[in-house]
Amino acid sequence: MIAPFSHVLIVAGILFALGAFCAVVRRNLIMIVLGIEIMLNAASIVFVAASLHLNNLDGQSFVLFILAVAATEVSVGLAIIVYAFRRTGSFDPRNFNLLR
Amino acid sequence: MTLYGIFFYLISAVVIAATAVAVTRENLLHAVVYLIISFFGTAMLFYLFGAPLLAALEVIIYAGAIMVLFLFVVMMISSRPSGEALFPPRQFLPAVFFCLLYLLVAAAMAVQTPGLNAPLQTLTASPRLFATYVFKYHWFSIEVISMLLLVAAIGALNLGTAGRPGVKKDVPEQPEKPPTGSNPGAQVSGRTED
Repeated sequence: MIAPFSHVLIVAGILFALGAFCAVVRRNLIMIVLGIEIMLNAASIVFVAASLHLNNLDGQSFVLFILAVAATEVSVGLAIIVYAFRRTGSFDPRNFNLLR
Repeated sequence: MTLYGIFFYLISAVVIAATAVAVTRENLLHAVVYLIISFFGTAMLFYLFGAPLLAALEVIIYAGAIMVLFLFVVMMISSRPSGEALFPPRQFLPAVFFCLLYLLVAAAMAVQTPGLNAPLQTLTASPRLFATYVFKYHWFSIEVISMLLLVAAIGALNLGTAGRPGVKKDVPEQPEKPPTGSNPGAQVSGRTED
């Protein structure tokens, strides 16, 4: 007996909202990628708890794939950020509104 | 409330507090370190929900690899403060409004939906059971994910070497560089001759 599943959903919802808030409000490319990481993390909490709630291992398998996709996204995203910083010398997303 | 319930509420309070502190830091280094605390708490939640292998992977990959990659980039690049205006009201107020609205609706739905209020039982999927399940039913996704990681590694390597002037690059850049490099030299030498 741990806790009701709805409480896990609420905790993960708060985490997801914090991540979305971070990705929308912060004016820094690294903080935007961190916000996306927080959102992925909240989603994986719900997957693991639902796997326990429904007695089905598919949820845990999906968390494995979320981990791999997060690692991929971070490696490519940080490479793009470093490249953009070398070109313009700033982290502000306002400086990256040109498509070239 | 059982002991596991107390653990759950304590850990989730720590995770939410650490994430909230991380989101509002101006110093990127502090934000990343607070997020490492948050991911450790998430790993404990995974262990509590009966996924020991995923808890270990969360510590190794998220808190270990991904956050250390962030730390490397932050320490390599942002040596000076960014001068970022923290929470400009034009973005802050709509974001707060929509996040609170979403949270209210989600909490109401989670509480009102009938099947969700039964307490979770403590069960553990051992790593052997989990691995057998994954490689029995999701082997193709594992292969796709491994290809994705390989492609991402190649892409990150390509992007990382793209902006460097000293690295040998693709053909169209090379004819451009020698004229721009030789022109100032020619002018300087011409002036010295004059």
